Amino acid sequence: MKSKTILIADDSAAMRTMLVSSIELLDEYRIVEASSGFEALRILPHEKVDLILTDINMPDINGLEFISYIRNNPNYRDIPVIIISTEGSQKDIDKGKQLGANEYLVKPFEPSQLQELVRAYLDQPVCHP
Amino acid sequence: MTNPNSGSDKAVKDFLAEAEEIVDQLAAELADLADSISAGEADPDLINSIFRGAHSLKGISGMFGFKEISELSHHMENLLDCLRLGKVPLDNTIMGVLYECMELLSEIIRSIALGGDTEHAPEISACINSINACLDHDKSQGDAVSPLNLLGLPERVLSSLTEYEEHRLLDNLSRGKRVYSVHASFEMLSFDTDLATLTDLLKGFGEVLSTLPGVGENMETHIDFDILLGTSGQIEEIGWSPANGSVVLKLLYAPAAGDAAPVSSAKEQHATPPDKTFPVAASVAPVPVGTAIAAGMDRAVSAKSVSRTVRVDISKLDELMNIVGELVLAHKSIADVAGEMLNEGFSRYAVDLGKAAKGLERKLSELQGGVMDIRMVPVGQLYEKMSRIVRKISREQEKKVDLNFYGADTELDKLIVEDISDPMMHIIRNAIDHGVESPEARLKSGKSEKGSITISSYQKGNHVVIEIEDDGNGIDVEKVKKRALQQGLVDDVDNVSDRDALDFIFLPGFSTTENVSDVSGRGVGMDVVRNNIAAISGMVDIRTQKGAGTCFTITLPITLAIIKVLVVACVGRSYAVPITSVLETLLLKENEIETVERREVIKLRDFTLPLLRLDRFFGLSAPAADRSSESFVIVVGAAEKRLGIVVDDLKGQQDIVIKSLGEAFRGYRGISGAADLGDLSTILVLDVAGIINEARHN
Repeated sequence: MKSKTILIADDSAAMRTMLVSSIELLDEYRIVEASSGFEALRILPHEKVDLILTDINMPDINGLEFISYIRNNPNYRDIPVIIISTEGSQKDIDKGKQLGANEYLVKPFEPSQLQELVRAYLDQPVCHP
Repeated sequence: MTNPNSGSDKAVKDFLAEAEEIVDQLAAELADLADSISAGEADPDLINSIFRGAHSLKGISGMFGFKEISELSHHMENLLDCLRLGKVPLDNTIMGVLYECMELLSEIIRSIALGGDTEHAPEISACINSINACLDHDKSQGDAVSPLNLLGLPERVLSSLTEYEEHRLLDNLSRGKRVYSVHASFEMLSFDTDLATLTDLLKGFGEVLSTLPGVGENMETHIDFDILLGTSGQIEEIGWSPANGSVVLKLLYAPAAGDAAPVSSAKEQHATPPDKTFPVAASVAPVPVGTAIAAGMDRAVSAKSVSRTVRVDISKLDELMNIVGELVLAHKSIADVAGEMLNEGFSRYAVDLGKAAKGLERKLSELQGGVMDIRMVPVGQLYEKMSRIVRKISREQEKKVDLNFYGADTELDKLIVEDISDPMMHIIRNAIDHGVESPEARLKSGKSEKGSITISSYQKGNHVVIEIEDDGNGIDVEKVKKRALQQGLVDDVDNVSDRDALDFIFLPGFSTTENVSDVSGRGVGMDVVRNNIAAISGMVDIRTQKGAGTCFTITLPITLAIIKVLVVACVGRSYAVPITSVLETLLLKENEIETVERREVIKLRDFTLPLLRLDRFFGLSAPAADRSSESFVIVVGAAEKRLGIVVDDLKGQQDIVIKSLGEAFRGYRGISGAADLGDLSTILVLDVAGIINEARHN
């Protein structure tokens, strides 16, 4: 029984496929996909999300705005957030961390790096900022 | 994940589809950007969107291990980042570099899709060098004290601005624009459409700089948004009147007359009207709102439907089509059984079965129509590619060309659209290279400085016609004749009509150009163009007028997936002739046949129709006793390229799903494929275009 749910917000379908297939290898978690910040906002009230992976550059609302919302909403405040971004966005990544993102991964990365991170946040209780 | 082979096939396919989509969009947006520059000002949203395209491409190509794409898009992204952050001014050189990068990206993606391992290292490093040359002009002014802190923005808003959004905000301030903050509260259930409506409305006033979602009083049922808006006018009212949702507009910054420093205290205009309409009160200066509002509302309604499409691999549709084809055959067997039962006296059951079979037939034909419909795409998809080619070549050739499109909605089978793009591209290259004259030459001959190329598509019966017309120099028919003779491609040109002489340009190795340019003129091409078009059962025809221009007409079947055929018999064998190729059929009496220049012909109304006997063409022989005295002529072809194919018998029409004969029989003359018939036998399908060509040249 897959009891924990991961929300992936990224506007690139290929990127989502890549993230999903990496996590599915673990065969432990449920995955919900959002192709935009809006869609992610829409999904949140309907799913008990345990971990969020988000891109920064998305249309409608960007990843930073999404993180800010999560950290300001008492219902979602404690969900760990991992930023998936590309090199060269360091300023934005730093802002994301200030806003309360727990971790970031810079593309390209190995599936094992992602899997380790996901495990680290979902398999044991961790403290969130 | 850093190796292209490690991703699943599906993932790589997803990647290629998305990469192609991104590059297509880059191309379209670069074109828009070029237009917006010539109209006076580069649109920041457009530059940002192009940046986002390069950024996404870099991200996904890095993940999939396609190093060439990721390297090139990385540098392209750098350049675009500097452009959008205002560190480098946009000029024509940079536009040229961006085009170059985009073309190369498209080239690399295509070569990956074709499974090739061509290296593009030299081209990539050339592009990167050009990019670096542009970036040398980067005059970053270092980090000045940010005037943003003076705006009185809440920390929450300020801290979630991306670098780009920050730059846009600063840019608006430095241009003396007003900055408003718009606070909106929407119901959770409908916030996305409400927000899209509001955003579109605000875009009518200026630039939406950021949209930050927030938590309001009723966080279980509502979601709040803080939007920053930069605008040059003062906003009197925005005309907001949705069923739910309150909107509060607040002026954060207005430039004082002659002074561009931010105001420190924000002037608040607070209004949450009880009647839920929202006229935001303000004092001065009217803003052009009326049309912007109307347009904004309309767009918002359709915002939802944009993503309601599914990307499907065409081979899945082929499989479906095959299954439908087999169902049609299965239905025919049932109908046959019903017929036989009726003959043998099981009348009650036979009638019921017959009715059921009829119902099945109707539904099957709907299903067939539905699957066909999915395969259809508008020809307009090709137009974007073509305009890229025209821009690129006219830039290289220093010619001015206007491109006009008509009939972008005309629909064609996806596979045909794919296959027609290369031949069209070649024809267009030729049109610019050989057809359209240089601006000086055009002015001299009394034409406008800019040449024009017009591509129009329309449906004509079961065909789609694509015309590519230029207003250039036309083709010099005498020169074509001379050249064909010189090159030993023909023995005699004296008795060749102008129309037939134009056909010489489709001969392998033909070229009239003395100089070989980068673009065309190597004499390879037009024969390939014709062969490629013939391979999808199409035909190409030329009209030209010296000094006035040339028009290529490509006639294509709407689909190749399911076709109606005429089944004919010849020496005891059956063949299928696509009905779209058949103009008419005639009963032939041997005494009507005349011989002209050792070829058999008949008079058909005012026209002399050359004949081709199918049995001789395929080398079939039959005992003389088996020969019937009557035979039939199937008239095929178009205009003056008509041909009568002589067969023994006509057996009727049928729908078939055409299947390839495979590599072993590829290029077998006169045959384009095979199909199953209802009685479990198979039949060969004639390649009409190929037969016409062969008959004309022998």
